[in-house]
Amino acid sequence: MGLEDLYREIILDHYRSPRNRGELESPPAVRVEGYNPLCGDEIVVYLDVQDGVVADLKIGGQGCSISQSSASMMAAAVKGKTVPEARAVIRAFKAMMSIHEQRLDADGDDAAEKAAAEMAEVKLGDLEALQGVVRFPVRIKCATLSWNTLQQGLDEAGAAQAG
Amino acid sequence: MTLDVARVQKDFPILDRAMPGGGRLVYLDSAASSQKPQSVLDAMTRYYETTHANVHRGVYGIAEEATRLMEEARDKVGRFIGAGPSHEVIFAKNGTECLNLVANAWGRANLRSGDAVLLTEIEHHANLVPWLMLREQLGVELRYIPLGDDGHLDLSELDRLVDGVKLVAVTAMSNVLGTLTPVRLIADTAHAAGAVVVVDGAQYAPHLPTNVGDLGADFFAFTGHKLLGPTGIGVLWGKTELLEAMPPFLGGGEMIRDVRLDGFTPNELPWKFEAGTPPIAETVGLGAAVDYLEALGMDAVRAHEVELTGYALRTLAARFGPDMTIYGPTEPAERGGVISFAYKDIHPHDISQVLDQSGVCVRAGHHCAKPLMRRLGIGATARASFYVYNDESDVDALADALDATSAFFS
Ligand SMILES: Cc1ncc(COP(=O)(O)O)c(C=O)c1O
Repeated sequence: MGLEDLYREIILDHYRSPRNRGELESPPAVRVEGYNPLCGDEIVVYLDVQDGVVADLKIGGQGCSISQSSASMMAAAVKGKTVPEARAVIRAFKAMMSIHEQRLDADGDDAAEKAAAEMAEVKLGDLEALQGVVRFPVRIKCATLSWNTLQQGLDEAGAAQAG
Repeated sequence: MTLDVARVQKDFPILDRAMPGGGRLVYLDSAASSQKPQSVLDAMTRYYETTHANVHRGVYGIAEEATRLMEEARDKVGRFIGAGPSHEVIFAKNGTECLNLVANAWGRANLRSGDAVLLTEIEHHANLVPWLMLREQLGVELRYIPLGDDGHLDLSELDRLVDGVKLVAVTAMSNVLGTLTPVRLIADTAHAAGAVVVVDGAQYAPHLPTNVGDLGADFFAFTGHKLLGPTGIGVLWGKTELLEAMPPFLGGGEMIRDVRLDGFTPNELPWKFEAGTPPIAETVGLGAAVDYLEALGMDAVRAHEVELTGYALRTLAARFGPDMTIYGPTEPAERGGVISFAYKDIHPHDISQVLDQSGVCVRAGHHCAKPLMRRLGIGATARASFYVYNDESDVDALADALDATSAFFS
């Protein structure tokens, strides 16, 4: 279990030159903060949803290479997608992050199959480079921080539009 | 007396464990939890193999023996911190529970809405959140002694801050910066203002000769697992008259003298504060840890750590220069062996992960001191901390592994 499994070249690339960093004026954009209570990492997701499409998305905050690169790749993956498509990417990514633990769990076959099905729904592309993170369990929370924050942002954007 | 570190190392079996990379374990996280010498492990095993029974209850032989072992441990621990009568030494599950005990039992009996409590900006969450809870529940006012830019507490406003406070709670040594705080001076000022003084000694007691009277404490809390002892055991020392006047904290067996359907009478000290079956083996282990440290001599322990900290500060400065920021006081004599640092722009998590490849264990994160992190304007640090089994080769291993980290991320 070498470091190369964790720090794949594409991860380091996104860490060194993160995509979509910055801020959006909020409102109209939704601004959501996410915290990793274990390490103090903070992430801010700015989300501009228009007509059911993620029109723009920016990332702020600070964190380790895993959380920052995951956020950068996430932004690239969901920008321009419809909200249901974005939610499918979130499900697929979180499924990838949980698949290893489920395999370790003897009763987890159903869950593992469900996760595999959710992953098959979408092509994760570059994001698959983060698969190695599951072998470093303490770092999984680093990788999922921005995704949980985005999910919350989509919920809030949906609520704002409904209301 | 100087410390023979090579001999000390032989007493810690974990230092011989095999590591994935084939190297050795370089354990630099004793501020989070220390390793245990063989004598502590043996004392606990022997206790379970030969003596275990519940304490303070059975009339049969081994129950009496178990009770005697636990009470002997209480005596030893009391002597170790310069306490008076052993009934002032209360066992709890960790340092955090000890501080919660004071906040709940003393705080609820003595604090009312609007009363002020003085803390510092550098406290561990264990000496912060219990008071924040009282702020929410009782409406007490919290004040803070600020941190100066030199890594020491800024006492310039102390007289104003302490005016009218009912209680002052301060760490004797920062778990992030290593800062040794002027506990005696703060305690004297607090006493003159009529306040009670709580000292968080979790980082202090394991590393410096400790005398609760000299420190000027009314309560002093520490935790076994940072002091070569087992997890699951914390110690609260308090002055008899304060402990007597406090209501119990947790209720249950052990802590009562009489129970009726319409009320109860609490037990006498120290058992009044020890509800339920205590961590018996852990008290025995802690007693053995105290024996071990006293055999080394706490003066020698402190001298070794001052020397090693000095070596580390010099080595890191020489090898990394402006690429490294070290937080806290610059003089080894003014700090403990805890070195929090930032290195290049590499996140502490990533530093810790790469160091792990070389068997070097350092902590990364906010170290349960988020307000301090905010004060420093950072989210996290990497932290190396030393104890009796560390030597210069560990510092060199850290520096070598940091070179590797830099190569990886540049
Ligand atoms: C300064 C300080 N106070 C309190 C504690 C709490 O100790 P414990 O985690 O054993 O309850 C710690 C360690 O975590 C500490 O470093």
